[in-house]
Amino acid sequence: MESVLKVQNLGMNFGGLRALDSVDLAVGRNEIVALIGPNGAGKTTFFNCVTGIYPPTEGDILIAVRGKGDLKRINGLKPNRVTEKGLARTFQNIRLFPHMTVLENVMIGRHCRMAAGILGAVLRGGSTVREEQSAVQESYAILEKMGLAPFVNDFAKNLPYGAQRRLEIARAMATEPFLLLLDEPAAGMNPYETKELDDLIQRVRHEEGIAILLIEHDMKLVMSLSDRICVVDYGRKIAQGTPDEIRNNPAVIKAYLGEEMDA
Amino acid sequence: MFAFDRIKKALLVSAWFMFLTFPILVIRINPVERIVEWRWINMLLIGVGSFFLSFVWHYFIRRKEMGARRAETGEESEAAPLAQRILKNKKIYRPALVVAGIFALCFPFIFSLYQTNIMISALIYVMLGLGLNIVVGLAGLLDLGYVAFYAVGAYAYALLNYHFGLTFWMVLPIGAGLGALFGILLGFPVLRLRGDYLAIVTLGFGEIIRIILENWNEFSFGPSGISNIPRPSLFGIDLSVHDATIYIYYVMIGLCLLTIFVVNRLQDSRIGRAWIALREDEIACQAMGIDKARTKLTAFALGATWAGMSGVVFAAKTTFVNPASFTIWESIIILCIVVLGGMGSIIGVIAGALVLILMPEYLRAFSEYRMLAFGVVLVVMMVFRPGGLIPNVRRIYTFKGATESGKGG
Ligand SMILES: Nc1ncnc2c1ncn2[C@@H]1O[C@H](COP(=O)(O)OP(=O)(O)O)[C@@H](O)[C@H]1O
Ligand SMILES: [Mg+2]
Repeated sequence: MESVLKVQNLGMNFGGLRALDSVDLAVGRNEIVALIGPNGAGKTTFFNCVTGIYPPTEGDILIAVRGKGDLKRINGLKPNRVTEKGLARTFQNIRLFPHMTVLENVMIGRHCRMAAGILGAVLRGGSTVREEQSAVQESYAILEKMGLAPFVNDFAKNLPYGAQRRLEIARAMATEPFLLLLDEPAAGMNPYETKELDDLIQRVRHEEGIAILLIEHDMKLVMSLSDRICVVDYGRKIAQGTPDEIRNNPAVIKAYLGEEMDA
Repeated sequence: MFAFDRIKKALLVSAWFMFLTFPILVIRINPVERIVEWRWINMLLIGVGSFFLSFVWHYFIRRKEMGARRAETGEESEAAPLAQRILKNKKIYRPALVVAGIFALCFPFIFSLYQTNIMISALIYVMLGLGLNIVVGLAGLLDLGYVAFYAVGAYAYALLNYHFGLTFWMVLPIGAGLGALFGILLGFPVLRLRGDYLAIVTLGFGEIIRIILENWNEFSFGPSGISNIPRPSLFGIDLSVHDATIYIYYVMIGLCLLTIFVVNRLQDSRIGRAWIALREDEIACQAMGIDKARTKLTAFALGATWAGMSGVVFAAKTTFVNPASFTIWESIIILCIVVLGGMGSIIGVIAGALVLILMPEYLRAFSEYRMLAFGVVLVVMMVFRPGGLIPNVRRIYTFKGATESGKGG
């Protein structure tokens, strides 16, 4: 399959701690891949390396070039450059802009697809005004899709918890990614909200054609959504396969699923 | 029950204060008569005073907490949005704006030259406040060396005029440009810093500029400064002191309007939103595709531009510059203006500047206590109105067919 993300031999050290150890992972076009593993396994660190927040100690990160078939190395790019190239992410502990309105939060996502500079902002010429208006409309359209339209003018910090998680996804979608990285999107959600999230992620994949790499602890959600699952433990990849293969993999059960499957 | 609790708390506070002030306020050794005086009356005053103050303090804290709880449960608290309701109501603010405008235009003809001069300094601080507001209020970069850019503008006019005879209007844009340049110069080394570290480095930067001006005699004429700087002339005609002051007043009104116009447009633009996002969460901001370095540098540069310009006006107004005008205290006063007025809020900053600069001028009797009063006012503000006098409100958008929703505030 044609991949949009290919990570080879990724390693990351924090001083003496080996948080990631030669991890390989690929995400295909329009595919949903889950990254699971116990707490502290290095999943978030993997996201941070891929999105440019940490420079990896070793290994290669390749992503698809928009509109072309080939892959390009993005090691060492700043996070904003990675986002420009088409990866967008959410955070495990919600990182919205609390004192900006919901609409403005999404408009920040549009930032890298807009061009107005200082002079444009001050003079407010025709092109700046048009660009601004279309950013507002596009952002609003995304909010509607995410069921967040009733909150447009509210401060992000005043949203209910589940809505904040969805707003993070909306904001990431506004950057026009071809791959969305979701870090524990269902954390803290009740079963009803989780079900909604399940539908939402399905829709994002089918309607927008966006591939998704997902970190999640909710096994029901992971099993229902993912095409493939990759399991990490102590920074090392211990298994990879379809949900059924993972369910029956003894190494996985031992490392991670065991307790939860029994329960 | 609650009342009893509160009285107990207040009693404890007053006992603590009496204990603390006991050695200074009660015991006095009289070396002439070799006796110890016990001034118990002071202790009584402290006790009663602190009991009363602590009671009032806790009363207001409780009221505020109740207000916050009400706001959380969705009800409106009455006190906070009053200013905003006035600002939103066109029937009130339009006429208010007209009255303020007419007042501002007639000011120099109604009041004395002395008053006009005070007003010019207040307007200079309005401009400085609005400039610093970009850096601190919008981009959230705590800059304690802002006065350095003010000094750059003032010395730019003084020196360029002294050596090359450049006029006020020629130097005004040069001052702005030099301000921006120095803003970027300061910005580069502090790109990685945040919060307290940034504050300390910018503070150092401000002091470096001042110390250079104080010690590099060949360049800046040292502590004695530069005098006989010409006031601006009107189309080449030299004005009398009186006319020149009025002229500077109108120039300042114009420059303030320009600042307000530009800052207002910036804060609702792509760049302005990026500044606010940077303030709110640096990592998320980068992850959403915003170039952190560039955004910080534009904030520093655009903030410093206004300081450079107001420096030029300052030099033209006082006709004399020396390093003593650009101490760390100036930076702190400008920062107080922004914090007191309301971070990120244009009207708030204007109100803050007028209050903080005009009040001490008209309450000369208390001017010695100015810094003390600043401190008290800031602490009280931080506790009861952390948003400032007139907090910033974000823009409201309406959409066809959308249900009416909350108000970003
Ligand atoms: N910035 C950091 N500095 C030092 N250690 C870190 C840092 N970030 C993560 N770690 C460590 O790396 C390991 C993996 O963490 P993380 O990727 O957050 O795990 P998780 O799989 O739960 O998301 C943990 O032991 C964590 O303490
Ligand atoms: Mg994690």
